[in-house]
Amino acid sequence: MPEGDGRNMKSLDFILRRLAKAFFVVIGVVILNFLLIQLAPGDPAAVMAGDAGAGDAEYLAQLRAQFGLDKPLPVQLWNYLSGVLTGDLGYSYRNQLPVLDLIMDRLPATLLLTGCALVFSLVFGILFGVIAAWRRGGVLDSTIMFGALLFYATPLFWTALMAVLLFSIKLGWLPPFDMETIGANLTGWARVKDIAWHLVLPVVTLGLFFTAIYTRLTRASMLEVMGQDFIKTARAKGVPKGRIIRRHALRNAFLPIFTFASLQAGQLVGGAVLTETVFAWPGIGRLMFDALLSRDYPVLLGVFLITAAMVVLVNLIADLLYRFVDPRIEQGA
Amino acid sequence: MSFTRRFAAHPGALIGLLLLAAVLFIAAFAGLLYPGDPWQSVGPPLLPPGGDPLYPLGTDLLGRDIAAGLAHGARVSLLIGVISTMAAVLVGVVLGAIAGFFGGWVDDLLMRFTEFFQTIPAFAMAVVLVAIFTPSITSITGAIAIVSWPPVARLVRAEFMSLKSREFVQAAVTLGQRPLRIMFSQILPNTMSPIIVTASLMVATAILTESSLSFLGLGDRNMMSWGYMIGAARTMLREAWWLSVFPGVAILLTVIAINLIGEGLNDAVNPHLRGRKD
Repeated sequence: MPEGDGRNMKSLDFILRRLAKAFFVVIGVVILNFLLIQLAPGDPAAVMAGDAGAGDAEYLAQLRAQFGLDKPLPVQLWNYLSGVLTGDLGYSYRNQLPVLDLIMDRLPATLLLTGCALVFSLVFGILFGVIAAWRRGGVLDSTIMFGALLFYATPLFWTALMAVLLFSIKLGWLPPFDMETIGANLTGWARVKDIAWHLVLPVVTLGLFFTAIYTRLTRASMLEVMGQDFIKTARAKGVPKGRIIRRHALRNAFLPIFTFASLQAGQLVGGAVLTETVFAWPGIGRLMFDALLSRDYPVLLGVFLITAAMVVLVNLIADLLYRFVDPRIEQGA
Repeated sequence: MSFTRRFAAHPGALIGLLLLAAVLFIAAFAGLLYPGDPWQSVGPPLLPPGGDPLYPLGTDLLGRDIAAGLAHGARVSLLIGVISTMAAVLVGVVLGAIAGFFGGWVDDLLMRFTEFFQTIPAFAMAVVLVAIFTPSITSITGAIAIVSWPPVARLVRAEFMSLKSREFVQAAVTLGQRPLRIMFSQILPNTMSPIIVTASLMVATAILTESSLSFLGLGDRNMMSWGYMIGAARTMLREAWWLSVFPGVAILLTVIAINLIGEGLNDAVNPHLRGRKD
């Protein structure tokens, strides 16, 4: 067999293994949701109905019949599992809508917010991290690292509130709430500009926390790479320091940074819940907060499942990309 | 250099220690400094800071003393931070030790389990857990512990894997010591330093998580907490900035203090890393 075929087989095997793993994690979250409904204090039907629907005896009876809540647990689990896998995440009695519809309606706003925040934090985190590593031990390094510690230790929701206090209330520069100007009915380019204007505070707030993380990480991995022999060789050859940093060190430091960034996807979701709550951003984080207030458990569990599935997807894509970008990596093989 | 001298060589670590000592002092003597219920109205409502020397940090909408709230909130933050970390460390150590010591399918199984918990979004899971089991100091502590043990398990597993082939462990095996005894009296004491460093940083994260949960209204309704104070003051931001500013500063200072101590500990127990770090 030619060598290429062997590698392709190995790649296929890797992709299949990785897909299976992702699938089982998602199934695991569904089972976890099911267990939570069972373990919650009170009647599982009442949990599935949420606070708003728990008073409706007819609706509770319907849920009991639908999920066979009087049948043995394995049967109930099967009903629940097959329901979720066919896209039935439950029904929000309060909103009178299927949970999946509610989430899909809010998903684009969250993807916009988290996507922009991720790009913001990677760009500035890597930039500051490289500068700090370059000026190691200097004033610039200490200043950057102090800033990173500060934003790492600040609760996100508080950064958000302080940003509103300063930039919206005191200075009046930026809009404090919502995703676009209510009632303005803008279209086309004017609407894009309006949304971008509303994006600034939420993205910077969410982004600063992660910028702090990536700054620390970039600095650490840059220093790690710069201690290696090939950098010493480049130095001995007389390559200028700026060029070593850009062409040699940064390239090799990228991989750990991106690995870490994909592992942080879950934390980004948690940050979105807090950011969206403060800025009334109409995404799934805000949906989760509203579900908390009205004790709408189907929505709460649905958001949890969808965010977990999204994180699994991001990790999966990242793993497959690394394999493609850097053939040296043969994870799990 | 001794451990204490290496630690003390860090100005940041000393500042952190002083800050944390102050917070601990306030938490320990909250009952003496501010006797009575912090939920009770004591003065005129919405008194700005500096307006009345009796209430240096002002009062909230119901005339509750902000300073008293901060002092009592320190208790909750530290208590939940420390207890949830201890629980997470316990779970992580036990699972990591078993996985690292026995290896094979046990290790495979436990590591898949750990990866599962590491993959799912931690904060969203904590929110769901606390909401479903109704907010109380137990459910909050439990939820934070459940989402934070995986890194400890991985760390302990790695340490156990590298230590189990060392001579002193082999000697214990030859002497016929039982696996349980070897794990906990031979190997575990040698893994304490990295565990302590990790645990100290976990306390900081736990405090941030607790404050975020109570900000969202998932706090224990019987206990004053910093996150709750900020959450309740959210809609009053325009009229009364002090309601949300002071509790936030309290969280920030406490978390910075613990992080500084953690970094100092890290450098003190791993002196060989020092050259690389600075």
